[in-house]
Amino acid sequence: MSDLLRSYLTVFIFGAVAVGLVGAVLGLGSFLRPKRPRPEKLIAYESGVDPVGEGWTQAEIRYYIFALLFVVFDVEAVFLFPYATRAEAYGWYGVGAMALFIGILTLTILEAWRKKVLRWS
Amino acid sequence: MTPAQVLALDPLLIDVDWGVVGIVVLKVVVAFTLLLVSVLFMVWFERKAVSDLQNRIGPNRAGPFGLFQTIADGLKFFMKEDSIPDRADRRVFVLAPYLAAVPAFLVFAVVPIGGDFSDGNRGVIRIFGHDTLMQVADPPVGILFVLAMSGIAVYGIMLAGWSSGSKYPLLGSVRASAQMVSYEAALGLSVAAVVLFSETLSTNGIVAAQVPWGWNLWATGLVPFVIFLIAATAELNRPPFDLVEAEQELVGGFNTEYASFRFALFFLAEFMNVVTMSAIIVTLFLGGPAGPVLVGPGWMWGTIWFTVKLLGFLFLFVWFRATLPRFRYDQLMVLGWKVLIPLALGWFLLLAGLKVADGADWNPIAVVAVAAVGLLAGYGLLASALWAARRNRELEGEVSI
Repeated sequence: MSDLLRSYLTVFIFGAVAVGLVGAVLGLGSFLRPKRPRPEKLIAYESGVDPVGEGWTQAEIRYYIFALLFVVFDVEAVFLFPYATRAEAYGWYGVGAMALFIGILTLTILEAWRKKVLRWS
Repeated sequence: MTPAQVLALDPLLIDVDWGVVGIVVLKVVVAFTLLLVSVLFMVWFERKAVSDLQNRIGPNRAGPFGLFQTIADGLKFFMKEDSIPDRADRRVFVLAPYLAAVPAFLVFAVVPIGGDFSDGNRGVIRIFGHDTLMQVADPPVGILFVLAMSGIAVYGIMLAGWSSGSKYPLLGSVRASAQMVSYEAALGLSVAAVVLFSETLSTNGIVAAQVPWGWNLWATGLVPFVIFLIAATAELNRPPFDLVEAEQELVGGFNTEYASFRFALFFLAEFMNVVTMSAIIVTLFLGGPAGPVLVGPGWMWGTIWFTVKLLGFLFLFVWFRATLPRFRYDQLMVLGWKVLIPLALGWFLLLAGLKVADGADWNPIAVVAVAAVGLLAGYGLLASALWAARRNRELEGEVSI
């Protein structure tokens, strides 16, 4: 078994133990805790009054724009990491290329800024 | 079939060294115990330290200095009735606590918690005749694994709020996801600056690259550390960035509909994240377990230095909570997108330039000068963009998107 696989196997074992532990605690608790369901207990909490309308209300579209922006910068980070590990090997060409790449993606923020997406009025 | 034949079915398991398996199991058990004990301690420490800072006494009934308060609270959660609301999406509702708690455990697997890093040792210790590291696993992409896990943690919170079928949790979780993804970008970009210096993604390698005093804290020029600390606080949903569970406006946020131990799991995951995130900061910027060996075995001092640095950050997070008022949502987004991310990107480029200049025997001052010119050009573009925006606003009046 190679070292690479071994370290992931270890992480997998760790994860399996974590899932097992969470499951065991929840399972064990189900034997100990009382269970007396009543219809009043099962309605959604809305500061004490009966819930009005659907639980899945409409949310602000602006949150969704942040998710779009995040995708841009997360993908950017994916390209930054491999470059960062070998920065010296690429020399000035690498720095120039990275500057261009980052520069173009920074335009995304500027565009969002200009369109007042980042402003919360 | 004998056990050996069963194992031989899978080619990966043919030549398993049971000593190695034993060590892995031992490390997993030790890491779990350490993490859970430190979470219990952290909950107590936070309550005690905050009450001291607020001139109160804090928990003092259960055990000496109230030390067993967390255990008492845990038992209480255990005995409480568990209710799942009628409107909830049951399967997702049950799944969400796992998605919050399991990644919190997993991050700890790649944290080096000890080992001798002095005199060119790379933290290797010997137990039962096997060389091993004092961390559960050292995958070559260690730090990316940390970022990936904090990405999965967003799912836990988002799905918990969404599946509740209730308004406050939904609002809380949508808010939380926007906040967490915003700061995750800044978090990842500031880590890139560290990677530039360590030239490896493995957490062990990052610590080894900082020995003995070349801590990334000053090697990267403080800015990535500050960005990482702010982004980590936001990622943990800790005050002053705890808008996710802003009690005054959202009741309890994404976990309003959760009861019993399912609720406790979110609570546990949050504190576990505080401990592991502090450990990650120590690893990335403060040399992890590296430090001078005074008397006795080297591996012991690794653990001591690590614990000291970790406690410092745990206190820092509690101090933040007791001192700073909560950010407003628009301020949060402005800080994240208009300050932290551009700063992280610019700083990364500057460091890359300085590093390459160092390799090519260039004058570092010249590099800074070129960077300043570049920044000025960028600022010029920015100013013109702002000017255009202002003109547009005057022409069309206030239009939102």
